[in-house]
Amino acid sequence: MEETDAGSRVASQPGPDEAEAGAEQESELRPMEINLGPQHPSTHGVLRVVLELNGESVVSCTPHIGYLHTGMEKTIEHQRYQQAITIVDRMDYLSPMTNELGFVLAVEKLLGIEVPRRAQVIRIINAELSRIASHLVWLGTHAMDMGAMSVFFYCFRERELILDLWEAAAGQRMNPTYMRIGGLDGDVPDGWVEKARAFVEEFPTWVRDYYRLLDQNPLWVERLRGNCFLTVEDAIAHGITGPMLRGSGLALDLRKSAPYAGYEEYDFDVPVGERGDAFDRYMVRMREMEESRKIIAQALDRLEPGPVSVRDDKIVPPPKEEISRSMEALIYHFKLMTEGLKVPAGEVYLGIEGPKGEIGYYIVSDGSARPFRCRVRPPCFYNLQGLPLLVRGQLVADVVTAIGSTDIVLGEVDR
Amino acid sequence: MLLTVVIDIVKSLILVIFLLTAFAYLTYGERKVLARFQFRPGPNRVGPFGLLQPLADGIKMALKEEIIPAEADRYVYLLAPLISLVVALLAFGAIPWGPPAHLFGRSIPLQIFNPNVGVLYIFAISSLGVYGLVLGGWSSQNKYSLLGGLRSSAQVISYELAMGLSVAGVLILAGSASLTHIIRAQDHYWFVFPELIGFLIYVITAIAETNRAPFDLPEAEQELVAGYHTEYTGMKFAMFAMAEYINMITVSGLAATLFLGGWHGPWLPPFLWFLIKVGIFLFIFMWLRATLPRLRYDRLMAFGWKVLLPIAVVNTMATAAFVALSR
Repeated sequence: MEETDAGSRVASQPGPDEAEAGAEQESELRPMEINLGPQHPSTHGVLRVVLELNGESVVSCTPHIGYLHTGMEKTIEHQRYQQAITIVDRMDYLSPMTNELGFVLAVEKLLGIEVPRRAQVIRIINAELSRIASHLVWLGTHAMDMGAMSVFFYCFRERELILDLWEAAAGQRMNPTYMRIGGLDGDVPDGWVEKARAFVEEFPTWVRDYYRLLDQNPLWVERLRGNCFLTVEDAIAHGITGPMLRGSGLALDLRKSAPYAGYEEYDFDVPVGERGDAFDRYMVRMREMEESRKIIAQALDRLEPGPVSVRDDKIVPPPKEEISRSMEALIYHFKLMTEGLKVPAGEVYLGIEGPKGEIGYYIVSDGSARPFRCRVRPPCFYNLQGLPLLVRGQLVADVVTAIGSTDIVLGEVDR
Repeated sequence: MLLTVVIDIVKSLILVIFLLTAFAYLTYGERKVLARFQFRPGPNRVGPFGLLQPLADGIKMALKEEIIPAEADRYVYLLAPLISLVVALLAFGAIPWGPPAHLFGRSIPLQIFNPNVGVLYIFAISSLGVYGLVLGGWSSQNKYSLLGGLRSSAQVISYELAMGLSVAGVLILAGSASLTHIIRAQDHYWFVFPELIGFLIYVITAIAETNRAPFDLPEAEQELVAGYHTEYTGMKFAMFAMAEYINMITVSGLAATLFLGGWHGPWLPPFLWFLIKVGIFLFIFMWLRATLPRLRYDRLMAFGWKVLLPIAVVNTMATAAFVALSR
């Protein structure tokens, strides 16, 4: 490996004095440089990967990011805490609920409050639905990248049901902004729990279909098995988390190791891979969907009537009927709407287990209604750094496998 | 003499028109079939059931701006799609699509011409088709196109051998390379039964020959954007598409002729039987495309050389031994 790396460096950057002398010979040996992206069918957004190819095999691979940078972290500093929830939604737009959960939990930690039980349970249901939705998109696009096009449509059909649930609860499908600091936007509507239960019951039959289409397909297994290896050491060194790390064999899941939002009450397993190849990562994500389903089923059983927001007029606006009756409630409502929610000065870091890895929020508050700084630890950004490791010595087709099994969302990488 | 020439010209015209229409409706059919596999309605806006969609597509293609990349090797670039299309049309000429018709007291064979080496002719012509792909990929001056062109040449060369050997068994059984003779020889039983292995190898290699999924590496969208035709627009792109679909019809027609008894079949008119058999193969093409992931380049080559070719050789030798011993 060192030899080819050194060779490519010499070939691509000939020194000034040897450039002329060696030009004749080196022109034949120089690897072909090719731009995979930013406009390319399988870069999942706007990623640019500069590949150096020797024939079809990859000599070096350099991901270039930043094409989707919209300054979200900076924008958050100019918004009030409650408004920032709409922005974190749009980072990993395939899994909005876990983004929201991480953010509101971090702010709640600064405020030192705990949400009511019903809100907690509904949050977990939605976070796990979010994980399933994100993994479904990953599976569909991953299979599409391999050339199995139909799986994509099946996955989106099922994801649609999750989006329907969000639409019913929050009014929006992709960026629901359902969670609030101190609870939820509102309780779930009538019939929502039954719809969620129906989803949970039917989900295993669909997963069985995916297994039948992919797992028992030798072509699929051949494309993934033994390709795009990632060792645990490399993963840790690059800060890679989530299914990629677990696929390499380390069972690190923040829901188990640093439980938040009441995850310690639920019974679920953390699937891990053995070898760390693309197939292990595929299996880990597939089994994670099943574990998420288990969590949702348990959470639905624990759902009891009750409030979905803390009753603190300085954090959550008082209920509508009270505003029309009580002068005090009206004043609190007015102050919250005009000044915003004031968070005590301090700083906090809170990481939660998103579908793609650890999504963390580091928030510094100066006591005003706007965060002084909000730094996001995006799992995709770190996971993407592993791409050159995954494609070392592989073929062009494996670059697509690697990008697919890394499961990146460029909106989150670039923010 | 003049009459023969006129008949040949008329037959050729009918065939070309038929093939181009078939191409147009094959794209429609494929989109519909894929859509049904994927819980979509498919094209349904233009005309009843979207039946005029191919027409709309054709008009769109014809009106598109013709872009020629500044760096492209102009003449080769323009020649490549022509080679592909012409070769695809030529190959079908030798395939009989029905028994000789009797019209005005003359017996008119329902094929353009009947060379006594029909099978070899089709293989020879269709292997020329790869020139279109390679030249197109090379002359576009695009790295994706180049990779696509290289892949296609490697793929076609390695699968042509196994394909040729897979039908050798049929030639031995029929004792002739003329397609009409081969169909006659299947009066009593179809060759698919004694030559099942040869048939399966033929189907696999035929998919690879026509660059269809799961062997669509030369134009692998997710890897090479569009492979050899990345830089082609408008009618030039349409010609590549036509060539691909007409090749599909040709290899399906050849499969029906060699293994499924050509136009043989009860009750229905022979021509219809031929169409049905071709249609079944075309459906299988679409089915595979909807289901299977793509092979990787090195696996594809290994599969061709290390699996298909040895089996085809053994199959041919076994058939030859069987025929020799039973005489």
